Amino acid sequence: MDLRFRDAAPTEEERAAVDALLGPPATAWEGGARTEADLRFAARSEPRRDLLLPALHAVNDRVGWISEGALDYICRRLTVPPAEAYGVASFYSLFSLKPRPARVLHVCTDLACRARGAEEVRRRVEAELGPAGLAWQASPCLGMCERAPAALALEAGDPPSFAEYSFADAPGNPGSAVPGVLAVRAEDQGESTAGRGRPGVPQAGQPGLVLLRRVGQVDPASLDDYRATGGYRALRRAFDLGPAGVIREVLDSGLVGRGGAAFPTGRKWDATARQPDHPHYLVCNADESEPGTFKDRVLMEGDPYALIEAMTIAAYATGCAKGYLYIRGEYPTAVRRLRHAIATARSRGFLGDDVMGHGFAFDIELRRGAGAYICGEETAIFNSIEGYRGEPRSKPPFPVEKGLFGKPTVVNNVETLVNVLPILERGARAYAAAEPKLFCVSGCVARPGVYELTFGATLRELLDMAVPTGRVRAVLLGGAAGAFVTDLDIPLTFEGTRDAGATLGSGVVLVIDDTVDLKGLLLRIAEFFRDESCGQCVPCRVGTVRQEEALHRLSRRVEDSDLVLLREVGQAMRDASICGLGQTAWNAIESAVDRLGVFK
Amino acid sequence: MIPLQPPRRLVDVEIDGRAVRVPEGATILDACRAAGQDVPTLCHGDTLTPKNACRVCVVEVEGARTLAPACSRKAEPGMSVSTGSERARHSRKVVLELLASSADLSTTPRAAEWIEEYGARPDRFGEQAATVEQPAKVDNDLYVRDYAKCILCYKCVDACGDQWQNTFAIAVAGRGFDATISTEFDAPLTDSACVFCGNCVEVCPTGALSFKTEFDMRAEGTWDESRQTRTTTICSYCGVGCNLTLHVQDNKIVKVTSPHDNPVTHGNLCVKGRFGYGYV
Repeated sequence: MDLRFRDAAPTEEERAAVDALLGPPATAWEGGARTEADLRFAARSEPRRDLLLPALHAVNDRVGWISEGALDYICRRLTVPPAEAYGVASFYSLFSLKPRPARVLHVCTDLACRARGAEEVRRRVEAELGPAGLAWQASPCLGMCERAPAALALEAGDPPSFAEYSFADAPGNPGSAVPGVLAVRAEDQGESTAGRGRPGVPQAGQPGLVLLRRVGQVDPASLDDYRATGGYRALRRAFDLGPAGVIREVLDSGLVGRGGAAFPTGRKWDATARQPDHPHYLVCNADESEPGTFKDRVLMEGDPYALIEAMTIAAYATGCAKGYLYIRGEYPTAVRRLRHAIATARSRGFLGDDVMGHGFAFDIELRRGAGAYICGEETAIFNSIEGYRGEPRSKPPFPVEKGLFGKPTVVNNVETLVNVLPILERGARAYAAAEPKLFCVSGCVARPGVYELTFGATLRELLDMAVPTGRVRAVLLGGAAGAFVTDLDIPLTFEGTRDAGATLGSGVVLVIDDTVDLKGLLLRIAEFFRDESCGQCVPCRVGTVRQEEALHRLSRRVEDSDLVLLREVGQAMRDASICGLGQTAWNAIESAVDRLGVFK
Repeated sequence: MIPLQPPRRLVDVEIDGRAVRVPEGATILDACRAAGQDVPTLCHGDTLTPKNACRVCVVEVEGARTLAPACSRKAEPGMSVSTGSERARHSRKVVLELLASSADLSTTPRAAEWIEEYGARPDRFGEQAATVEQPAKVDNDLYVRDYAKCILCYKCVDACGDQWQNTFAIAVAGRGFDATISTEFDAPLTDSACVFCGNCVEVCPTGALSFKTEFDMRAEGTWDESRQTRTTTICSYCGVGCNLTLHVQDNKIVKVTSPHDNPVTHGNLCVKGRFGYGYV
């Protein structure tokens, strides 16, 4: 590929950041010094487009932003056209293509934080740090909803550092905590200052927990502790059953995907395993970005080896030698713990060429997202890993036929994968008799956090555990793409919520009481979808803008014509958008208009 | 000589209640056209892989949860397609409203006709509705990028990239409504990898990309296609022998295109064929 560059040179620091990831450049073509050998032999250059996102991260982590010189150098190293790399870098909200301070505070202004005073926090932060854009910026849901209102500081450097902040300790006036909390620096390499020893699981330690049994109870860094508490029993059983036997167990268990779409996991695995085309890939979707969702973060931070074991089982069953763990960039603690866990598992023979001495080769590569909700879409995640803009692909073909790098791919959510462990440990029948499901309870409750229930419990039972702080006006089920419900007796099952005109989605249970400004919440939902639309298809790209504009008008003055407009645009987004983002962008707003009578 | 291709199976589909038989691999759009149904398209290019970004061609496939883009969805045996159902027409109408309210479609062929046909009212979003309005980028003597008319159909990016030109001078940058077609760091074209082949202009469906001659004549008000003649000839520069279609108004060449059905070049030219007509 012939590339043309403008005359922008990288700084020493930018060059060092890229070289730390890719090694020194081998040839002059790749940006190294020209040698005699370069003149004699045609150097071979392998395009490594899939390393584009990690390379952009490397520079952004070290310097805080990506200059033209740095981008050009990355393009030389990876043989990527600069215009395309620019398109990729500008797609992600965690990257900046303009100079900015090394330390940036991301203040969550999304649903769960908003229900607990994020607006006040935002005002105080603005008073302390000046206008948004440089030292701080408003952020979509950071997945710290149990500590809402929350913020995350990311500081570029070598190594980069971070700090998680919670303003929840000043009840009634969260903003007052801002100056004190901001004074805490991110010096201690990011072990979170807020929430240390609070894993976000109110049930922690309770007997009978399945998915959450180790969270908060076992040292997440220790493989020995993991094994001492039943770890790697499921993988051993998987090796006894063989790949087909594992798939049969998963099919029999009736497990369906926990990411929101509820597709039967066994059928996905079976279809991938049968594909004649090789290699097969496994992708673990840990790009948990649905506002109000934090179950995957809690699992990954509290029990990282469980995810690694589950990915190994999935790979064994579907014939994958390589797994990608795609985790959102806003989860630095989880990234650190998973990196440590992957390295430990590899060094102890639980990953690598010969997993547990059974001759099965499998390894996991961790990839970080960079701030894009859409990359949690099952095909957008492939484009993101491959180094393209995280735009969803059209289906068919489905991932089981043509997924990552055009090969058969199985994509599963974190919680889905972790469910495979009890299926194998107890057997499909025993599992199906008491199938566990995680719920992310946030908003106006005294005990927010991740709860584990068996299917069949009602919303009221869940709320009784979480203790609402006021009169429950409505509950948002399923996040921004979900729906508001007022009937607390609906059973929390996929069918039960569907019958109630809602969705279980990713397990979001956001409790709203009379203190919450519902119109403001709806505006935030509309703003979220407008911000996170990838821009590929017209119904979503323009429709989300028109939806937000109409809601702004409606919150000033209710006009029937605007309600009609919302409905018509919403219907077109639902029918004609490429992916689930556009198709669900009107769900929550529709339910609020119809069931809660917001604009009556 | 006509190259022989392996025989293709035929697929039976139903378009608006009419049985149609198309070769395997054909799209619903092909089937619709075979059935004589006119389905509007914007981002679909006859020489490009369908991107199905504009969604103006959506049709209702029986049994499907969402509407399907006719331009890219393959016809499958037994498929029953409705091109004019209430749902399909509604989505098409809204998509036209969304497009016409955010971008300038004044030079998009057939846009006004479709807006009329579907009863779209782009003005219903009010005066304050966000648009992509911006000044035209005139940074070279050959062609103009007027992104106020851009509907982000990706055709120019595909033509510049691996589908035809392999120059990769432009890409989609940014996200959502703020996404634009851009060179790296929005540099002028003359600094970019652009080789001025004009193949992006050839595929642009809205006139956002246009020849400088056409842009200037439109600004003066002298552009008049009814007074233009089109003559297809052979490029005199090299031995490839590409076909050129010369658009002549008042005895002056005002634009050069190339027939898309040419089996070798598929409408693509180089800078010389496209712009090097000064000597005529």
